[in-house]
Amino acid sequence: MSATLAADSIPGGARNEKIAGQLSRGRSRTNIVVKALCILATIVGLTFLVAILGTLLWLGFGGLHLSVFTTVTRPPGSGGGLLNAIVGSLIQTVVGTVIGTPIGLLVGTYLAEYGRGTVLGNAVRFVSDVLLSAPSILIGLFIYQIFVEPFGGFSGIAGCIALAVIVIPIVVRTTEDMLQLIPTALREAAVALGAPRWKSIVFICYRAALNGIATGVLLAIARVAGETAPLLFTSLGNSSWSIDMTQPMSSLPVTIYQFAGSPFEDWVQLGWVGALLITFGVLTLNIIARVVLRKRA
Amino acid sequence: MSQTASATPAHRATTSTGDAIFAAAAKGCGILVLVILSAIIVSLFIGGLPAFRAFGFNFLVNPDWDPVRQIFGAEVPIYGTLVTAVLGIAIAVPLAFGIAFYLTELAPEWFRRPVGTAVELLAAVPSIIYGMWGFFVVVPIMGDYVQPFMIDLFDGVPVLGTLFAGPAFGTGILTSALILAIMILPFIAATMRDVFLTVPAVFKESAYGVGCTTWEVMRSIVLPYTRASVVGGIMLGLGRALGETMAVTFVIGNTNRISTSLFGPGNTIASIVALEFPESPTGSLKLSSLLALGFLLFVISFIVLAISRLLLRTKVKS
Repeated sequence: MSATLAADSIPGGARNEKIAGQLSRGRSRTNIVVKALCILATIVGLTFLVAILGTLLWLGFGGLHLSVFTTVTRPPGSGGGLLNAIVGSLIQTVVGTVIGTPIGLLVGTYLAEYGRGTVLGNAVRFVSDVLLSAPSILIGLFIYQIFVEPFGGFSGIAGCIALAVIVIPIVVRTTEDMLQLIPTALREAAVALGAPRWKSIVFICYRAALNGIATGVLLAIARVAGETAPLLFTSLGNSSWSIDMTQPMSSLPVTIYQFAGSPFEDWVQLGWVGALLITFGVLTLNIIARVVLRKRA
Repeated sequence: MSQTASATPAHRATTSTGDAIFAAAAKGCGILVLVILSAIIVSLFIGGLPAFRAFGFNFLVNPDWDPVRQIFGAEVPIYGTLVTAVLGIAIAVPLAFGIAFYLTELAPEWFRRPVGTAVELLAAVPSIIYGMWGFFVVVPIMGDYVQPFMIDLFDGVPVLGTLFAGPAFGTGILTSALILAIMILPFIAATMRDVFLTVPAVFKESAYGVGCTTWEVMRSIVLPYTRASVVGGIMLGLGRALGETMAVTFVIGNTNRISTSLFGPGNTIASIVALEFPESPTGSLKLSSLLALGFLLFVISFIVLAISRLLLRTKVKS
C-alpha cells in the first residue's frame, strides 16, 4: 500500500503507470483483434466446405434419377446414365485396394517390427512418406511408361495398378503408426507362450491394431475412389459398358472430367450427379474411418 | 510331456521357416517401395530423354510450345506451377494458422472435434470436384465481381496496376491459386494444429503466469517452439500444390503464355500434361516433352517434400 502511495507521489511513477495502462490496453486490443481474425479464418474455412457440399446438392440432387444407376453413358442429347462409370470405378477401386493393401501392410509391419532404426528402414519410411504426397499424375505417367505402352494399350488393370501404388503409402503410414502403439507386453506374452514372431505379429499385433489398420484401408479407398489424373493415362475411360480388365475402363472421376468440360447441358448435369455421388461416398468413408478409429480409443 | 519333446525339433524348424518367410516378405515389400520410387524417376527420365536430347538446357527456358514446328519448352509451365503454388501458399497459410490457433487455444473443448473433422473433410474432397466447383462457381464470381473490382481499384497504381490488369475472364493464375489454397488449407491447418499440441503445457502456463495474453503466448512460446514443424507443414502444402492437376486444369485458362497480370491465363506442368497427353502419339517428341515435364515436376516436388519430411521429423525426435 505504502509503495503505491509513494509511487503516486512521484510524478514519474504516475506517468509510468499511465504508460503501463496504455500498453496493457494495447496488448489486450491486439489479442482481441488476433482472436477475431482466427475465428474469421475458421469461419472462412468452414464456408468453403459448406459451399462445395451445397453446390453439389443444389446442382446434383435434381438430376439424381434411377436411370443414372441403370443406363450407361450415352452421346449428348440421348439421355443415359453413369452405370458403366460407377461399376468401372468400383472395380478399379476394389482391385487397386486389394493389390495395394497387403503390400502396404507388410511394409508397415517391416517399419514397425523389423526395420526400426536401420538404414533401410529409415529410407523406406522416408520414401513412403514422399510417395504419400507425390503428385498422382506422375504415378499415372509412370504406369503408362512401364505398363500401358509396352503391354498393348490402356486397360482397366493398368488403372488398378496405378491406384494400388497410391494405396500403398497410405496403408504403410497407418499400419506403422498403429503397430507402434501396441504395448511390448503383448508381444512378450506371445513370445513367452512359444509363439514364433510372425505368429505374434499376425495373430496378436494385427488383431490388436485392427481398427487402426482398417481406418487406413478405408482412407485409402476414399482417396483412390476420387483419383482422376492417374486414370487418364492408364484406364483412359470408356463410353460403353465394359468390365473387361484388358480393355479401357470407364470411371466416375474421368467421366465427370469429360462431362463437366463439355458444352452439353445434359452431360454437365450428369457430371454434377457423378460429383455428388463420389463426394458423398468419399466423405461417408472418411467419417466411417473416424468412427472406427474412435471406437478403439 | 514326451510328446511335446518329440515334436519340438520339427516345430522349431517350421517356426524358423515361417519367421524367415514373413521377415523376407516384409523386407521385400519395403524394398519394393524404394524400387517404385526409383522406377518412377528413371522411367520419367528415360521417357523424357529424347526431349532433353533435342532441346538440351534450352528446354527449361524456352517459352514455346509449338506442336506444328515440333518445338517444346518448359518455361511457361514451370513458371505457372511455381507461381500458382506459391500464391496458393500465401493465401492458405494465414487462414491455416488462424484455424490451427482457434482449434488449439480458442475454441471450447466440445467444439474442437467437429470443427477439426470438418476441416479435415475438406482435404478428402476429390480434386476433380474442386475443379468442377471452381469452374462453375468460383470462376463466374471472380469474373463478374472480384476481378473487375480489383482492376478498377488498382488502375493506374504502379506494379499493382500491372498485376491486377484486365480482361476479367474469371479464370487465370489467381483463380488457380485460390482453388489450390482451399485444397491445401486443411493439410497445413491439420499439421499446424498437431504440432501446436506438442508444446508442453507447462511452457504455456508459465507464460500465462507472468501475464501474457493468448496471442503473446502463441507468438512468443508456441510459434518459436514449433517453428521447424510449421515450416515443414507449409512445405507439405507446397508439395501438394505443385502437383495438383485436375482442379488447376479447370480454372487456369490453359494458355502457354506468361502474363504479367495475375488475372491472365497460363498453365502448369500438371495441367499441360493432362491436357496435351491425349493428342500425343506414342513415340512422338511431344509425348517425350510431356514426360520430361513430368520428370521436372517430380524433381521439384521431391525436393520440397523431402525438406518437409526432414523439418517435421526433427520435431518428433526432440
